[in-house]
Amino acid sequence: MNPRSPLPSTARTARTARTAARLRRVAGAACLALALTGLAACSSGSSSTDASGSTDSSTDSSSGQVDLTILAAASLTESFTTLADDFEKAHPDVHVTLSFDSSATLASQALDGAPADLLATADTTTMDSATDALDDAPEIFASNTLTMVVPADNPAGITDFADAVDGDATYVACVETAPCGSLWAAISKEEGVTSQPASLEVDVKSVLQKVTSDEADAGFVYVTDAAAAGDAVQTFTVPGAEDHVTSYPIAPLTQSEHPTLARKFIELVMSAEGQKVLADAGFSAPQG
Amino acid sequence: MTAPVRLGRPPVVLLVPAVLASALVVVPLVALVASAPWSTMGERLASSAVAQALALSIGTSLVTVVACLLLGTPLAWVLARVQAPGLAVLRALVTVPLVLPPVVAGVALASAFGRTGLVGEPLRELTGITLPYTTAGVVVAHVFCSLPFYVLSVEAALRAAGEQHDAVAATLGASRWYAFRRVLLPLALPGIVAGSVLAWARSLGEFGATITFAGNFPGTTQTMPSLIYVALQADADDAKALALVLLAVSVAVLAGLRHRWLDPLRGGGR
Repeated sequence: MNPRSPLPSTARTARTARTAARLRRVAGAACLALALTGLAACSSGSSSTDASGSTDSSTDSSSGQVDLTILAAASLTESFTTLADDFEKAHPDVHVTLSFDSSATLASQALDGAPADLLATADTTTMDSATDALDDAPEIFASNTLTMVVPADNPAGITDFADAVDGDATYVACVETAPCGSLWAAISKEEGVTSQPASLEVDVKSVLQKVTSDEADAGFVYVTDAAAAGDAVQTFTVPGAEDHVTSYPIAPLTQSEHPTLARKFIELVMSAEGQKVLADAGFSAPQG
Repeated sequence: MTAPVRLGRPPVVLLVPAVLASALVVVPLVALVASAPWSTMGERLASSAVAQALALSIGTSLVTVVACLLLGTPLAWVLARVQAPGLAVLRALVTVPLVLPPVVAGVALASAFGRTGLVGEPLRELTGITLPYTTAGVVVAHVFCSLPFYVLSVEAALRAAGEQHDAVAATLGASRWYAFRRVLLPLALPGIVAGSVLAWARSLGEFGATITFAGNFPGTTQTMPSLIYVALQADADDAKALALVLLAVSVAVLAGLRHRWLDPLRGGGR
């Protein structure tokens, strides 16, 4: 019915030649665009890091004062923002810049010479990995334990820890390389949990986000994250959580240009005033 | 064709930026290869997580390309050939994932296809199917990010082919569907190949949308970029070793494509 070759042969030859020419152009464009794609891949990595951590400018930096930069674990977001405000009030000529990310990322940034004055991580393992960048021995200023959160309306009707991990519920935890994940790994082993999380998130705020956005029936986060989430979640105790405590160390960095100020910030964190801010955020007093 | 005209030396204003541009791309790649932990490569890659992530990355990126071919080619044709109000807007919307930060893409996907999403909630109630934490969810995230590359490439090829071919085919009695299959598709083939390669590469490197929407679990949703990110938290050398594997796979596929697909076509053999 339909002509098999709708074009006369001369037209076909011309078309073939054009196709070949176009192909050469396209092949070049593809290589070019692949380079672009490579860039896109790089940027996707960094933008994700931005999601887990963010740079917080608490006050206007236009007055050109001294800038104190602190690398802090994501779980310190609320408490350190408050502490930074307090510090700026006590030292009006100082501007505190906070950079929140996963402890491991921050430790490697500190090692790579990131222009910062202090490092505060969510466990001693990550702090130890940055030993070469530390100007002084780290001090433990707080401790934290794991808890279980479910969305406010508890869609899966979870009643306790065993119900969340033994049933058909979708739950998420941190990946083992993160401090919150190593706590989860130790507790789940101890409790003989045989089910698997639906996802191993890269940091604790991602776990919380999965729960608060109703994408997971339950998640394992720090007590402080549950406190920060407020009414968005319901909290359940995790058996044996009190035996698996993570300690938060803080230390000045060798690259710091303001060692005296850095020391003063550590003093604030260790002071009664600083400890109260941390306790309000749900942290326990330093142990061990 | 070559005219006996002396064009002169390439101008320095063009050469210097060209060298800088090349260095910007090549130096980090060379540094990555040079700083890789070659002596311990074998043991670093000998974990089952690596094999799982690599298989998942290759599988999902290929399914993504097939989905782009089946869904993207008709969309590119509609954008290139159909005159209708609103198509310009649609075209702009389809390209949005190109500029959207991948993490935001993941949040957008969760708002649409998540358990309580616009589409996800009715889908779950009617069929019990959920996309987050599944391999299907990974593919959805990859198609979302890759489709614009494919559609733009094919649309450009269809536009370049010109509507006179449609007209000639129609005067010779070809239906629009017949003309699409027998005339337009062969004409647009270079664009389809280039678009597929771009979509595949975007899918292979996709990270932000995947980990935000589909999660990260070995074997089901942990693709190579997610595994590399997790490895980076623990041991940068592990991450480098994994990145080299991803690099080797993409170079091998691209080299294979050049020889088996592009070269015979380039020679005008058909």
